[in-house]
Amino acid sequence: MESKASIGKMADEFLQVFKKGEEFTKELLKENERLRFRLVELEESVNRSGGEGRAKLFQHRIEDLEAEIEFLKDKFIKVEEENKDFAVRYVEVEEENNNLANLYVASYQLHSTLDFNEVLRIILEIVINLVGAEKFAVFLMDEKTNELLPVAAEGVSAAEIPRAKIGEGIIGNVTKDGESYFSQDMNAKGDILKGEPIVCIPLKIKEHVIGVISIYALFIQKKNFTNVDYELFNLLAGHAATAVFSSRLYTQSERKLTTLQSFLDLLKEKPKR
Amino acid sequence: MPVILVVEDSPTMRQLISFAMKRIPDSKVIEASDGVDALKKLSSEKIDLILADINMPVMNGLKLISLIREDNAYKSIPVIMITTEGAQEDRNRAMALGANAYLTKPIQTQELIKAVTDIIAAK
Repeated sequence: MESKASIGKMADEFLQVFKKGEEFTKELLKENERLRFRLVELEESVNRSGGEGRAKLFQHRIEDLEAEIEFLKDKFIKVEEENKDFAVRYVEVEEENNNLANLYVASYQLHSTLDFNEVLRIILEIVINLVGAEKFAVFLMDEKTNELLPVAAEGVSAAEIPRAKIGEGIIGNVTKDGESYFSQDMNAKGDILKGEPIVCIPLKIKEHVIGVISIYALFIQKKNFTNVDYELFNLLAGHAATAVFSSRLYTQSERKLTTLQSFLDLLKEKPKR
Repeated sequence: MPVILVVEDSPTMRQLISFAMKRIPDSKVIEASDGVDALKKLSSEKIDLILADINMPVMNGLKLISLIREDNAYKSIPVIMITTEGAQEDRNRAMALGANAYLTKPIQTQELIKAVTDIIAAK
């Protein structure tokens, strides 16, 4: 009987322990469930807070980049403006360079010879090719008669051009005053017989006028004068004058030298007996 | 290296054009004083481009271009006319004979350089 009672007691104790074990297991499972839920919550929270941080970081980065873009845009606009300035300046320098080349070539050619006729030919070439004149004449002062004689012409025969007297008409007044004459209407035709050019440039050595270039018509494609044309006229006024003057002197001295040489040769000849 | 033949009777213009052609990179300029002289230069040198005046003694620019266009050896060489003749009929005549461009004097250097550069680039 005693053993049956002790066995029953033991069974009760075992059941008690088993129940406690069951309860403990249930509690463990519950705790585990809670912890898993918490873990998920924490993970979500961590993820959420990490995304915001990243978003903030990206936001800052975007703001920096936008500021940089604005800065670069400003810089680009400034560089573009500078480029435009440079382009304009480049065109101006190119034009100036071309003008200087024209003036250099004209001056080089004018002083490339001491032959009077060659100098006249070069003056004609410059006025035709660089100025764009179709009809014009070169007058030189005849010191004996005090008249201006046409010595070379283009587009018209020099023989058809009347002489001009100092102080009379456009040509005469340009010679007297030493100031260039430019007609109001460059496309008009000058009157050769009346001595009315559209442009008249004095050929001057310092203040002494030795002749003029008288232009009566420009080529149809030449509508007006540019800065380089006026520079060319200034160059012609001075350089053509000195080239004409020196070539004339040289030709005269050559002629005198030939005459003197002939005399010397005659003197050197042994007298015939 | 483009070889450019400048055909012009005026030494002033020859010098001026040759001066302008220095701006064409690596170019070489050969000068001729008229059409006949130009044909001689064509037979002795390989020319890439011709710049020719119209009014020249011995043989003018129009005769020169017509001879060039008839000759199989030279007919593909581009020719730019540079002349004082500004009338439309003169331009049409030169273009009909086979000119590639027609520029009038007084020449604008930039315009000339552009015409030359365009033609060399198109070759």
